[in-house]
Amino acid sequence: MSFGHRVERGYAVVALRGDVDLARSPDARALILQCLEQKSDLLVDLSEVDYIDSSGVASLVEGYQMAKKEGLKFGLIGVSEAALSVLKLARLDQVFPIHADLDARLLDDG
Amino acid sequence: MSSVSDRMLTSDPVVEVENLVAHYGSHKVLDGVNLTVNAGEIHIIMGGSGSGKSTLLRHLLGLRRVTSGRIRLLGHELDGVHRSELQELRKQIGVSFQGGALLSSMTVGENVTLPLREHTRLDESTMAIMARMKLEVVNLGGFEHFMPAQLSGGMIKRAALARAIVMDPKLLFFDEPSAGLDPVVSAELDELILRLREAMHMSIVVVTHELESAFRIADRMTVLDCGKILISDTADKVRNSANSRVQDLLNRRPRVEELDADAYLARLTGE
Repeated sequence: MSFGHRVERGYAVVALRGDVDLARSPDARALILQCLEQKSDLLVDLSEVDYIDSSGVASLVEGYQMAKKEGLKFGLIGVSEAALSVLKLARLDQVFPIHADLDARLLDDG
Repeated sequence: MSSVSDRMLTSDPVVEVENLVAHYGSHKVLDGVNLTVNAGEIHIIMGGSGSGKSTLLRHLLGLRRVTSGRIRLLGHELDGVHRSELQELRKQIGVSFQGGALLSSMTVGENVTLPLREHTRLDESTMAIMARMKLEVVNLGGFEHFMPAQLSGGMIKRAALARAIVMDPKLLFFDEPSAGLDPVVSAELDELILRLREAMHMSIVVVTHELESAFRIADRMTVLDCGKILISDTADKVRNSANSRVQDLLNRRPRVEELDADAYLARLTGE
């Protein structure tokens, strides 16, 4: 699997990096869904993403939907400029909870 | 223009055409066409009916073999390209045809998903979300279960665009996006083309005869007339071109040709 994750202050944090495209988004999807299946609240760190295509964004959408069904927290952190422009195209910047980093998310969680 | 576009405009060409000659029978329709489209550029191919712009597009799509000359797309020579290489190339190229070319027996959603089924092995749910996202992008959210026959002309064009971009192509060909559309829908499509370039870093080639739309979105333009390129330059330089034929086209002035009496007589008598 080409992406890693860590557990930090109650969240599983999946760090995507480089190009998240047709070739690599199935790995991203599998990791996101695997973390959620383990009932972990989940943040996806996009700070090191150079490019994310629709298949990568679709994996995030699917993860968010699954988290909602399972009553788990979900969000994006460190959304790079490249990733943000793709999210904005489909107005998904208004759908996902987006925070600068884990600290900002925890502050919002209260 | 944003810094993102500026950066992309300096990249390598995505389309290179060298000295392209094409015939329909004995009639020469393209006569030594040279064309370069740079990465991240919105390039308009413009010209009146019979100018050769549709023929040029068909060659760029590999739908017709060249009489002579070279075409390179995304660095790949089209002539003699290996089948597997062509398949890979097609994954990176989207085409939105003038009439939409949606399959009438499939729903809009199935039409949009088609390239994903053909070219990827993505999970079914991923493909469905990707198709719905692209329908949202073209303002057709919620129309996935409609049949093409239930859509208006503008909606069919947008659905065709959704299908053309579902694979996030590096290079998008868009044939006559404004034809037959009212001015508001046409302006919306132009806006969408600009957003696609910005967000997805697409290089976009638009074939059109609609001047207003062309100047709204063009970085550079190529103007064809009678199979030859009159000018290929930035939109501003085309607008201010001293070439009288270019100005005739921009100002919708009819062509005034000197009559060759002998040739005319020969045409009429079939000799």
